[in-house]
Amino acid sequence: MAEFRLPKNSRVQKGKHHKAASGTNLTTVKVYRWSPDDGENPRTDTYEVDMDNCGPMVLDALIKIKDEMDSTVTFRRSCREGICGSCAMNINGTNTLACTTSIKQFKGKEIAIYPLPHMEVIKDLVPDLTHFYAQYASIKPWMQTDSVPLPDKERLQSIEEREQLDGLYECILCACCQTSCPSYWWNGDRYLGPAVLLQSYRWLADSRDEYTGERLEDLEDPFKVYRCHTIMNCANTCPKGLNPGKAIGEIKKMIAQRHAL
Amino acid sequence: MSSTNRPLSPHLQVYKPQLTSMMSIAHRLTGMVLAFGLVVFTYWLYRVTTQPIIADQVSAFFSSGLGVVMLYAWVFTFNYHLCNGIRHLFWDAGKGYSIPAVYKSGVVVIIMAVIFTAAVFFLGK
Repeated sequence: MAEFRLPKNSRVQKGKHHKAASGTNLTTVKVYRWSPDDGENPRTDTYEVDMDNCGPMVLDALIKIKDEMDSTVTFRRSCREGICGSCAMNINGTNTLACTTSIKQFKGKEIAIYPLPHMEVIKDLVPDLTHFYAQYASIKPWMQTDSVPLPDKERLQSIEEREQLDGLYECILCACCQTSCPSYWWNGDRYLGPAVLLQSYRWLADSRDEYTGERLEDLEDPFKVYRCHTIMNCANTCPKGLNPGKAIGEIKKMIAQRHAL
Repeated sequence: MSSTNRPLSPHLQVYKPQLTSMMSIAHRLTGMVLAFGLVVFTYWLYRVTTQPIIADQVSAFFSSGLGVVMLYAWVFTFNYHLCNGIRHLFWDAGKGYSIPAVYKSGVVVIIMAVIFTAAVFFLGK
């Protein structure tokens, strides 16, 4: 049963306010904080960030806060160019990558930063992605073939076959779409979620893969695919502009067509 | 690995309401209202055949101010659920998944539901 309220230990309390040491062009950044060490509930701390001495992206503001104001603020980041997916978080209500989200678009208004929604929090903005990765592994995200003997060179694709993978291979598994999906919030234990299903379709659509039937059979259960209700928060939030909802629709079509044969 | 005192990160509390999710939850809610309305309608039908006096009382209620509002709210939920259901059929056929298309079809559904409800109102006069 869907639980709409946060559990008691998860309700967010008001936190500390950190004033800027100097500067006039200040933007308030509100950050979700939780530490496993103090036994307290989560809280939101606010930081006044001097925009005249800050890079253009939300990640720059977070790094500045950690460097200059509060070294205990914890978050994942790596590539700072939208290809690693580490800094996925909820910024002003939608999931996105902090490194490719400009501060300017919020026009000086407060920026509220939370971890990816409906996830177990390890610390501050760092969610536990163990279950997500396990679900990813469950769809066998690699090429499966039976053809023997193995070709002594690459398995070739036509240009058209290769085009089938556009809009799929670009996924960086940041989990923005996965954790934007209300159905995944309530059914995440058994529903695979938009990111994992997009990856699943990436292999279904691959002309070189020979296990299409097995893959579809494995997906066909009431929860794995069919908890997708085409809400489309996934495509709305994807920082790479991909469309997991469409990929799931294609999987549903493939399953239906398989039965029609 | 997982320690039990880890909090659950905020979800509904912080996620921005948007056309995509709001129309989806509205589809569910209208479905529930429709089901409830069907029970009332069936009850009225049943009373027409057994105790017409009670059926008349039900009819009288749905002619009163509050009743009329409830009736048209129900007609609207029907029209919304119908139009959005057709939108879902297009999705099931693999069409209209791009975000601009999702927003366009969403607005069309809302407008059509309003127009159909208005049509019922004026034709029913």
